[in-house]
Amino acid sequence: MKKRVAQLLMLASLAGTGLTQADTLPEALGSSFEAINHVDMGRLQRDPLQEFCSKPRGQAGDSAMESALRDEAMASVVFPAGDDFIGDWARGAEVANNGRGLQYSDDPEAPNGGNCYACHQLDPAEVAYGNLGPSLTGYGARGQSDVMLRYTWTKLWNTHAYNVCSHMPRFGALGILTEQQLKDLMAFLFDPDSPVNQSIE
Amino acid sequence: MDLMESIRNAWRLAALFGLLVAAAPSFGEDAGIFDEYRAMFGDDNPAVFVIDEGEEYWFEPQGPKNSSLEGCDLGLGPGVVEGAYARLPRYFADADMMMDVEARLIFCMRELQGRPSEEIQGYPYSMRGDLGTELEALVAWLADQSSGMPIAPGQEHAKEREFFTLGEQLFYYRAGPHDFSCATCHGQEGKRIRLQALPDLTSHEGAAGAYSAWPAYRISEGVVRTMGWRMRDCFRQQRFPLLGVGSDVTVALQTYLAVTAAGAPMMAPGLKR
Repeated sequence: MKKRVAQLLMLASLAGTGLTQADTLPEALGSSFEAINHVDMGRLQRDPLQEFCSKPRGQAGDSAMESALRDEAMASVVFPAGDDFIGDWARGAEVANNGRGLQYSDDPEAPNGGNCYACHQLDPAEVAYGNLGPSLTGYGARGQSDVMLRYTWTKLWNTHAYNVCSHMPRFGALGILTEQQLKDLMAFLFDPDSPVNQSIE
Repeated sequence: MDLMESIRNAWRLAALFGLLVAAAPSFGEDAGIFDEYRAMFGDDNPAVFVIDEGEEYWFEPQGPKNSSLEGCDLGLGPGVVEGAYARLPRYFADADMMMDVEARLIFCMRELQGRPSEEIQGYPYSMRGDLGTELEALVAWLADQSSGMPIAPGQEHAKEREFFTLGEQLFYYRAGPHDFSCATCHGQEGKRIRLQALPDLTSHEGAAGAYSAWPAYRISEGVVRTMGWRMRDCFRQQRFPLLGVGSDVTVALQTYLAVTAAGAPMMAPGLKR
């Protein structure tokens, strides 16, 4: 990673002279962005999964590679000790509602949000929800078995374990949310008292 | 009728037409109350004042060379501003570079006025609640000079076609801690973030609706925002580092968008939430 950042920085300094214009993607990235606040140039470097999922117009990738990435995602999941999945739904509601975190305009000391409402319907009383992902209202009624809990934890931790190139961030695997925040989100989804599982008149 | 008056009248017509287009579901970037709020403005877009300001900047002698931008060649010859914005981004032989309007203006300020590029690049876009910047005003005026004209970016030169391909690759480039690319939000039809409708920028209709409406007066911020600003702020939300003004990435992405939108009329400066 360090070496790649150094390469990007070197390209940036070359392009900064204004003598050349990029011919390739890495050159263009290196010359066009600059580190700011807590956001460094390493952010532009893709891991194998990101590279695999960057194909224009949904072009199909190599299926062996896809299987390998799915297996790797599944293997990356860290389950909570004692399979203690359920935290506090009220704190989970706050995580779901918070869209901040990891942008250069954000306070790096403040907790990251999950920004769930950007893409999902959850509490039916919240009307400002997006539709990039499916509605999760009434999620608790889908079942409360250990299998269901482990499936949902896996989706939150690393969604690519089930759907390689899903648009959803890897909240656990990339450390966006803490284990406790994930448990609180699990409660928000599963707890019978959570507003996600209430009907509104 | 003097020049200012005719510009204003033309603008009002364009703004009214823009509103009609914005109200159509396939073009509407903002839904619900913002449409209503926008309708309250009628055919008045506060951008008209910024457009006037941009024209004044164009003719104002500035910099160590105490020269105006009148000799600036935006692609159609020195000083030709009418229709120039709609033909960008394009390849400029004198710089041997692909440039969008912002890169070209900075180039002209350096070459004609002797002003260092950093002077503009250090503070290109106004902060929320600020007065607008010179760059924003110039871009608003130049876009207005292309209002109603078909989007027709250059695709003859090899570098122009290369930048279209580069732009498409960048559009799908997933990276950062959230794994986002432009396509994450702008690759499907009928999607929205929270209540904000997202144009599908891979389709002609979606790209045309979005590309033709920038620069735009942003009601929530009280300033004119440019397409370069739009790109920079999208990347902030993508959790990427700071995108440079007139940089290769912004020029390539605008080339991809403009080519996808080609043929549709420019409607800028638009009016946004």
